[in-house]
Amino acid sequence: MSTESRQVVVVTGISGNLGRSLTKQLHRTERIVGLDRRPFAGAPKDVELFQLDLRKKKAEDVFRIHEVKAVIHMGIMHDPRMSAEEHHSFNVVGTTRILDAVAKYGVKKVVVLSSANVYGPSPDNSNFLTEDAPLMAASRFSGVRDLIEVDMLAHGFFWRHPDIETVILRPVHIVGPTIRNAPSNYLRLRHPWVLAGFDPMIQLIHQDDAARAMVEALRPGLRGVYNVVGPGEVPLSAVLRELGRTPIPVPHPLARPLLATLFRYRLANFPPPELDHIQFLCMVDGSRWRSDVGWEPQHSMKDTIRSVDGERAAA
Amino acid sequence: MLERWSEELRQKMRGLTLELAGDRAPALEAMARRTDGEFGVDPFGFDPDYALAAMAPFAWLYKNYFRVEVHGIEKVPSGRVFLVANHAGQIPIDGTMLGVAMLLDHDPPRLVRAMTEKWAASLPYVSTIFARAGQIVGTPENCRRLLQMGEAVMVFPEGVPGISKLWPERYHLKSFGLGFMRLALETQTPIVPVGIIGSEEQAPALLNLRSVGKLIGFPALPVTITPIPLPTKYRIYFGDPLTFSGNADDEDTELDKKVRVVKTAVQGLLQQGLEEREHVFW
Repeated sequence: MSTESRQVVVVTGISGNLGRSLTKQLHRTERIVGLDRRPFAGAPKDVELFQLDLRKKKAEDVFRIHEVKAVIHMGIMHDPRMSAEEHHSFNVVGTTRILDAVAKYGVKKVVVLSSANVYGPSPDNSNFLTEDAPLMAASRFSGVRDLIEVDMLAHGFFWRHPDIETVILRPVHIVGPTIRNAPSNYLRLRHPWVLAGFDPMIQLIHQDDAARAMVEALRPGLRGVYNVVGPGEVPLSAVLRELGRTPIPVPHPLARPLLATLFRYRLANFPPPELDHIQFLCMVDGSRWRSDVGWEPQHSMKDTIRSVDGERAAA
Repeated sequence: MLERWSEELRQKMRGLTLELAGDRAPALEAMARRTDGEFGVDPFGFDPDYALAAMAPFAWLYKNYFRVEVHGIEKVPSGRVFLVANHAGQIPIDGTMLGVAMLLDHDPPRLVRAMTEKWAASLPYVSTIFARAGQIVGTPENCRRLLQMGEAVMVFPEGVPGISKLWPERYHLKSFGLGFMRLALETQTPIVPVGIIGSEEQAPALLNLRSVGKLIGFPALPVTITPIPLPTKYRIYFGDPLTFSGNADDEDTELDKKVRVVKTAVQGLLQQGLEEREHVFW
């Protein structure tokens, strides 16, 4: 066996639903080693899983045992119900440990999955934010501070290690049949709230396209920060119409206190600042990614929207 | 139910616009068909067909209330262009009249993009109507993008101090912002100076309660003597396109020299208009 074939790609957070999409696309061409606290039921046989916490010293064993040619770091938690302390520690300490290992073991490539949400929705936003726009999300929603910190850690790493190809991906809202993030869950509601008089344009990307973007990012020579867009822009109302939902218009001054109460009593799973996403713009300009990798999403806008109801509905 | 009702209203208003447009109706309809998106809107959320419906009340005001007269509108070149005009009248009717003029009296009809206050994006309904009608939050990035797309963008470099001018200050231009010149140099965009006569008398105000306005989140609060704008006769004068060359990153003093040329041109058009007219109301 040549050295080439023994080299592995380490994927953190592999047991999540996006991790599964990625595995499906990558495991035939690369040897994958997964790192996750959660078990990976039904993993392909050629995937090796280290079931442990990224923050543990033991996570470094992966790098000692294998010759790692690249790391895809998507082991980032987005659970609004988790304590802020645990959330912060898992994301920030986990990312620090992984980046340290990348530098220490001479890994040549690291892909960090951030999100276009780091810019944050706001009435002051330009319609299409480029990669150099300031990361303002925490100014209106302090709960996402750690996600911005993860992005900035990767950014700092990019500058400190010019010899390592660091790619930071900021995809728009990822949706898909198995995805359980806030935008997908919101779009699955039969009677979603909308804020009366607000109908912002939104951008969505199918989970398979988001996973494929991470595979593309492994391309030798590619480095830098990239906004990753899906099939385009669409008014929120058109998305809900496409899905056949009956939205409930709520006046925005009432919506925040109402949702805060519902969230406190666990009657809703959306933290109130998430309302900004259905009120203001948070759209990105994906032209740098499009031109540097020749990016074309494979799922059309209609497919992407319908995918939240499962693959059958999308067909 | 609500949706069907609003769709009916939209069709009715669209019909009204086309009726007011007279023999220009086919050209307007052709423009409204220019929809690229799968969901009837462009990436900015602009829906030309919606714009056609939304302009109905303004087209009515244009024809019957302000009885707008245009001079030299053929000077507006095709492709990217800045329309730089004076700003007055407490509520931005001057902008809408300029927009309607480019739709009803320019050949072919052109939908001019206005750069709106950021404040507008935080208002319910207003934010949505603006976006669907092609009006975009005024950030330099947005403006650059529109110019690169070959759009016509209207600019009121006097800003809020202009629109809230008091009665004695009418037709005296306030100082011009420099932002549009920076963008014009950067994107090599021609500038058409525009003088709007009539708007400066539509809503006479004698004082501006700026501090009270601030309390309720308004950028200005002029106290007008009439609750609704007066039916002054609007006259819109278009000047010859000006092109500038130079470095977009120049010092403000350098840019200011170029901006002064534009300001002088606008002031000249206002002068001409005031001399030519015989009465404020007809």
